Amino acid sequence: MRTARVIPCLDVTDGRVVKGTNFVDLRDAGDPVELAARYDLEGADELVFLDITASSDNRETTIDMVHRVAEQVYIPFTVGGGIRTLEDARTMLRAGADKVSVNTAAVQRPELIAEIAAEFGSQCVVCAIDARRRRADGEPSPEVPEDGWEVFLHGGRTPTGIDAIDWAIRAVELGAGELLLTSMDRDGTRIGFDIELTRMISESVNVPIIASGGVGTLEHLADGVTEGGADGVLAASIFHFREHSVAEAKSVMAAAGITVRPA
Amino acid sequence: MTGAERPLIAVLDYGIGNTHSAQKALEKGGADARLTRDAGLIADAAGVVLPGVGAFGACMAALRSTGLEAPALDAVASGRPFLGICVGMQMLFTRSEEDAAATGLDVVPGTVSWIPPGPKIPQMQWNRLDLTQPDDPMLQGLGTEPWVYFVHSLHGVPDDPAVVAATVEYGTTINAAFRLGNVFAAQFHPEKSSRPGLALLGNFVRICSEATSSHMAEPISTEIMTESS
Repeated sequence: MRTARVIPCLDVTDGRVVKGTNFVDLRDAGDPVELAARYDLEGADELVFLDITASSDNRETTIDMVHRVAEQVYIPFTVGGGIRTLEDARTMLRAGADKVSVNTAAVQRPELIAEIAAEFGSQCVVCAIDARRRRADGEPSPEVPEDGWEVFLHGGRTPTGIDAIDWAIRAVELGAGELLLTSMDRDGTRIGFDIELTRMISESVNVPIIASGGVGTLEHLADGVTEGGADGVLAASIFHFREHSVAEAKSVMAAAGITVRPA
Repeated sequence: MTGAERPLIAVLDYGIGNTHSAQKALEKGGADARLTRDAGLIADAAGVVLPGVGAFGACMAALRSTGLEAPALDAVASGRPFLGICVGMQMLFTRSEEDAAATGLDVVPGTVSWIPPGPKIPQMQWNRLDLTQPDDPMLQGLGTEPWVYFVHSLHGVPDDPAVVAATVEYGTTINAAFRLGNVFAAQFHPEKSSRPGLALLGNFVRICSEATSSHMAEPISTEIMTESS
């Protein structure tokens, strides 16, 4: 039985959950441990904490948060944001995280994935990929001769020239046990996942794919699984401000014929 | 709480993986759970937990290099409640297809085999247990649909199928839990399985507590007899 996971994502800075658009206009969305416990009760299958603290001065605050979550929340959770070295990964896993998510540092030095996988196992390593479509509308264009998706860094600001599908395959070869795929075109738009991107990646690798970026309705979550082939769906704002509960998300997904763990 | 109500549980610390969460979940279940490699403390504990994540061969090598193989086997032989989790469960088997050169603890005769091809490997998801031994004390109070969290590429195939306590469907039927005497072993992660997982660990703590109480009953009554005589 293949079961799709529903994964609330919590952006954290200075020990608080925040939500904004493109890292500006951040709104306080609560205490990470309280929110995590609420999502557990609502039936969240897993949690992702993304440390968006700009300066490394506040890493201790994040490590402390990971400790507190691990002591009070008994579902798996991933910590990402600022994992640049094997030592960073070790610190978060020892603090109680089940997985770490790597992004920019892994693109800059892909061996990081292999190093973490060798010490802690592939199941601990999530490779986050932020991708943007080369041709915004998918139509032929003389300005953009090649279509496809390009990997971006730094929250979608820095292009790399790397093809997202090539990078996904490489990351898995290096030992990534899961891919967290975010469409930078869709992030914050609330018009749904980039289904084509999700499907292309999920058909290219044999590790679980978590779809992210663009969720505005609960039907979008279901589409990520049924049309995109994702194994898990990640969303932030629709859950934080109580527009929808995780339980509601699961009932919509179940109605679409997807097997989910009942909330 | 008295000592009998808060039993000492030794969580074997051989330096691999996230043993922290297993310890915290056992404490939530009412135990005095200690991460340890102290043979004396392990011998005194009411129950013993062998956790594990990662590779079978690396975990067995670490268990041996930290001197924990003999205390683990002694604990099994003592008849005290013993719980293996994930790779800790796999290490209780004789061997694993993951690493042909490595030998297991051979507590549960059998082979740890790759999940048959078909679905994505590893199975990294929640799945619903089918209880093949629904009366097992470890499996009480898990709810009508016990969904638990799995992260694994191999599963235990015991020589004696009667020791299987629970299975899940994942492409084919996968063995998820085992019972052999005082040993219970789970392929899934109860410490990451929300309420059903905490219920299972709570059962383990209670079983340890009861085992300690019945063990304690003898010397106490003897003492009273001595005083009155």
